[in-house]
Parts: sequence; C-alpha cells; structure tokens
Amino acid sequence: MSNIPLIMFLMFIAITLGITYWASRRSSGANAYFAASRQIKGWQNGIAVAGDYMSAASFLGIAGIIAFQGYDGFMFSVGWLVAYLTVLLVIAEPLRNAGKYTMADVLAYRLKPRPVRAMASLSTLTVSTFYMIAQMVGAGALVKLLLGGSVTYNKAVIGVGILMIVYVVFGGMLATTWVQIVKAILLMAGTFLLSILVMAHFHFSFSEFFGAIAHVTYHDAKGAVVVKDFLQPGLRYKPPYGPLDLISLGLALIFGTAGLPHILVRFYTVPDAKTARHSVVWAMVLIGSFYIMTTFLGFGAATIMGPDFIKTHGGTNMSAPLLANALAGSVFFAFISAIAFATILAVVAGLTISATTSFSHDFWTNVLHNGVERKPGEEVMVARISAFVVGGVAIAIAIVLGPTANVAFLVALAFAVAASANLPVIVLSIFWRRFNTMGAVSGLAVGLLASIGLILISPSLMAIDPPTVVGTARHLIQAKAWFPLENPGILSIPLGFLGAILGTLISHEPSSQHKFNELLVRSNTGLGAEKAGAQ
Amino acid sequence: MANAAKDLQGVQPKQYQASQSTWDEIAESKPFQDLMATKRIFIVPAFIFFVIYYFALPVLVGYAPQFMSTKVIGEVNLAYLFALSQFFVAWIIAGLYVRAANDFDRLAKDILDKAEDAKGGK
Repeated sequence: MSNIPLIMFLMFIAITLGITYWASRRSSGANAYFAASRQIKGWQNGIAVAGDYMSAASFLGIAGIIAFQGYDGFMFSVGWLVAYLTVLLVIAEPLRNAGKYTMADVLAYRLKPRPVRAMASLSTLTVSTFYMIAQMVGAGALVKLLLGGSVTYNKAVIGVGILMIVYVVFGGMLATTWVQIVKAILLMAGTFLLSILVMAHFHFSFSEFFGAIAHVTYHDAKGAVVVKDFLQPGLRYKPPYGPLDLISLGLALIFGTAGLPHILVRFYTVPDAKTARHSVVWAMVLIGSFYIMTTFLGFGAATIMGPDFIKTHGGTNMSAPLLANALAGSVFFAFISAIAFATILAVVAGLTISATTSFSHDFWTNVLHNGVERKPGEEVMVARISAFVVGGVAIAIAIVLGPTANVAFLVALAFAVAASANLPVIVLSIFWRRFNTMGAVSGLAVGLLASIGLILISPSLMAIDPPTVVGTARHLIQAKAWFPLENPGILSIPLGFLGAILGTLISHEPSSQHKFNELLVRSNTGLGAEKAGAQ
Repeated sequence: MANAAKDLQGVQPKQYQASQSTWDEIAESKPFQDLMATKRIFIVPAFIFFVIYYFALPVLVGYAPQFMSTKVIGEVNLAYLFALSQFFVAWIIAGLYVRAANDFDRLAKDILDKAEDAKGGK
C-alpha cells in the first residue's frame, strides 16, 4: 500500500512540470507572466478560481469536521460558497475593468499611488504569507501521514516549497492557472466518485443514509458509548460564544473572499469584465457542488467508519482518505491522497504568484521607482527573484514551526485581514466620491492591525495548556483569552471601515474627488480596460 | 477606437486616455446615469437579500437550535434543509445577475462606442 500513493504523487508532479515547461516556452513579457496574456477563457478561469480557492482545509478539513461534529461542519461550509456572491456582484467586474495586475491598481487611480500601493502591498504580503504558512505546515504533516512515514515532515515541506517556486518562476501565471485547473478537475472527480461510493454503500437510499446519520455511535471523552444524531446542530458551536463565532466567521468569508489577493489576480487573466463575470459563475457551480458533496464525505466517514476508528487511524484530517480506503481499497486511497497533495500545491502556487506580483508591480516598480521600469523586463525579473525569497521564507518558517504547530488560526487571520483591510478600501474607492489617500492608508492599517491584534488575544493564541502539551503546539500566551472569539471579523471589519472613513473625513484631497468620475466610468463601462494579448 | 484595433494585433497597448472634462461629461451623461441606475436596481437588493438570507442560518441555528432540529422529511431536519437551500439560493442569485448583466453590457456598449468614436474622430 505504501508505494502506490508515492507513484501517484510523482505522476501529478510530472504532469505539472510538463505544464510549466510548456508555459515557459510561450510568449514572454509582463502581461504574459502576471496575467497569462489575459487570454484564459471564462470556463477555464472559473475552474482555476475553484482550484485556487479550495484548499486542503476544505477537502480534508471540512470532511473531518463533519465526521466528528456533524451538522455544524456542514453549516461551516456554506459561507465558502455564498461569499462568491460578493465577488460576483461587487468586485470582479470593476476590478477587471480598472486594474492591471493587482488590487492596488484600482486604488492608485484616484489616490496618491505610492503610500496606497505600499500599504496595499504590505497587506497582500501579510495575507498571502500567513495563508501559505498554514498550507505548508498542513502539507508537511499530511504528506508524512499519507505516505506512511517514507517522507519526513521537513522533506515534504521543502518538496512542496521547491515545486511552487518552480511553477511560479518558470511558468508564471499561465502555468499556475493550468496547475489549478488540473487540480480542480481531479478534486471534483475524486469527490464525486467518493460520494457515489458512499451512496452505493447505502444502496442509493437517502432514507437509509440519513437514518444512519441520525444514529452515529462512538465513545465520548470519558469513554462512555454515546449515540448521537449527527444532523443535530450544536456539536461544534456551543453557547455562549459558539454562534457568535460562526457569525463572525461568516462575515470574514462574505467580505474577505472578495479581498483575497490570490483570488483577485485571477480576474486579470481573462479578456474582459464579461468573461470575468462568467468565470465567477463557473467557479460557483464547482465550489457549490463540492461543498454539497461534503455531506457524503463527512457524514459517510462518520457513519461507515465512525469517529472512534478515524481517531485511532490518523485523526480528523484523514477522514476522506480513510473513507476511500474503506470503500474501494488502497489504489483509491492513493488517488484521493494524491488529490489532497495536488490541492495544496495548486493553492500555494496561487499564493506565491499573487505575493510576488504585488511585491514587484506595487512595491518595486511603483513605490520604489515611481512606476518606471529601469530596464525592460525588470518587473518580471524582480517577481521571479521574490518568488524564491517568498518560497524560501515560507519553507523556513514551516520547518521552524514543525508539524505539531497550531496554525489553523492563520487561515482565519488571512480572511480577517482580507475582509477588514482590503475589502473596505476597494469598495470605498469604487463607490465613495469623498474617499481619499489618508482614508485608504488608515483603513488598510487599522484593518490589518485590528485583525492581528484580536487574533493575538483570541482563544487561538491565548489559553492555558496542560503541561502535557509541549513545544509549538502550546498556545503562545498562557493565560485566559481576552477576546472570546476565534474569528475577529465581527469587530475588525467595522474597525477597518471606520478607519477608512475617519481617515478620509479628517483630511482633504480635492484631486481624488475630481478623479472619481474617471474611475467610476472606467470601472463600470470597461472604457480603456487592459486588453488581451501578449506584450 | 484606433487603439483597440492595434491592441488586438499585439502592438503595445496604449491605455485610453481622456481629459478630466471628458470623464465628467460621460459620468454626468444620461446613458451613464441610466447604466448606474439599472445596476443599482439589481445589485443593491440582491446583495441585501443574500446577506440576510445567509446570516439567518447561523442566527437561527445558533439561537433557536430546538426549532431548527424539527424533522421535516424522515430524519432530515430543518437545519440541514436550510443550509442546503443556501447553495441553491446562491446559484439562483448568480443566474439572475448574469441575466440582468446583459442589460448592463448593452447600456455600457453604447457609452463605449460613443466615447471611442469621439476619440477616434470618426
């Protein structure tokens, strides 16, 4: 059993390296490198957005949460789709119409470019790096688990890191896009097959399936046998703060997804705003179908194997692969494991390219050098170098933290920053005439600091561990948490908006108001939008 | 617009540039105002509706768990059905938006053509 997963991993790596080689031989230039020449088709970009978005936390994490906490896990997954309505209705088209490579392009239209781009770049790098570290630590622990110890944690982290650097440095946005497309197709296929197998187990009878879900038997913490209705809410989000935490998470998803830099850059890869719109719809079809199917994965694992079995065979995150093994044997287990691995690679590649694009386009070219390339191709070269740096830093941090580190909060933090810092300034710059540079800088700063600050004093980082918990698994601050929620959105998002609004009101900048009409017309009509083509 | 034609042939794209007064003129023109009004009529209610519908889920499940545990079809309870409905509601809103957006595109195209004609001196 131990060799088949490794062979499948290597097959996926070979395919993606082939894609990278193909992409590297296509036309070069900044538009090609950062935006795949804006020639990705709507459906392709939709699949790539889904591949960029659905991380291992979705595939393995949500299946695991449902397997252990039933309905609450399913409810948790709803917001990840609904969030795309914000992307569709508010962000995707104006962004594609008015921007070039990054979200800061839209802000720079009417505001002073240098301070705004510097802050936006800082916020982008923060979101991308935190998210990436969470993925890398997860990847290391996962690969070790899936390959049964034949690959150590450190080797796995280094391997994933090197692959993402190779995709981004040599293949740019085009290779990243196709790695994401291949991954999304594999993920959907694997999830669909697994769902069919679960239903086959219950003789394709929904009443039999839901009957089993209503009577899941396992041992509780005290060792007593309990029978629970897993469709019953309340196993995860318990009073007093549970429901509020879920609402807070919902806010971070609804406002944060539309502020995630690695999702936003995807809309620059299509020819126009209409195609961007269609790609969001494609993404919503895939993402929604996927999360509905977590019903089969999660509840299937809970009913067919039971929480007791999963706990002793690798834990929550192994629910989906173990289910594959139980239903169809070791080859299917290897296939599902390879999909989990592909999932991580596609997401970290997307994060790397968005971070490097922001650093080189926003910070290097526009902040440090006033928007002028000193020699042709400098922007792309700086991006390639920064991909090495970003990748290297992520590898180093993931190794220092180690496989037991408590990193789940980093994803919550990434969404909180995106929702509290990025989204308010994008929205206000498109919709509020009075908005100005001071507002953008203070909005970004307040949103960023509020998110980080509230996470620091949340139960994710502040708690009193028993002495048996050691090393990086221990909470950073050994005291009772000051802020009761794991998700800061409910407080940090209003603070981000408030920072942006107050910053605007205390300063006066006539030029940003004059240029509002230009941004309004450009973002709503697509007049003068960046065109498709090499260059 | 001459620039657009060149761009498609792969020649260095030059961004559409216009004077401040041209932007103001377009922004205040009737067709543009109509476009914005048409967009607003769909987007604002759709946004408000989906936000309320979505947050009704954690609020009801969190604060009225007994009610939401009411079994509706066999073992399937209200909580599960409401969560499942969220996916379909999201898809329906997306579908309606795409339909409404055809009108936006039509209105925007008139503005674009006019602006680019003026620019190209045709």
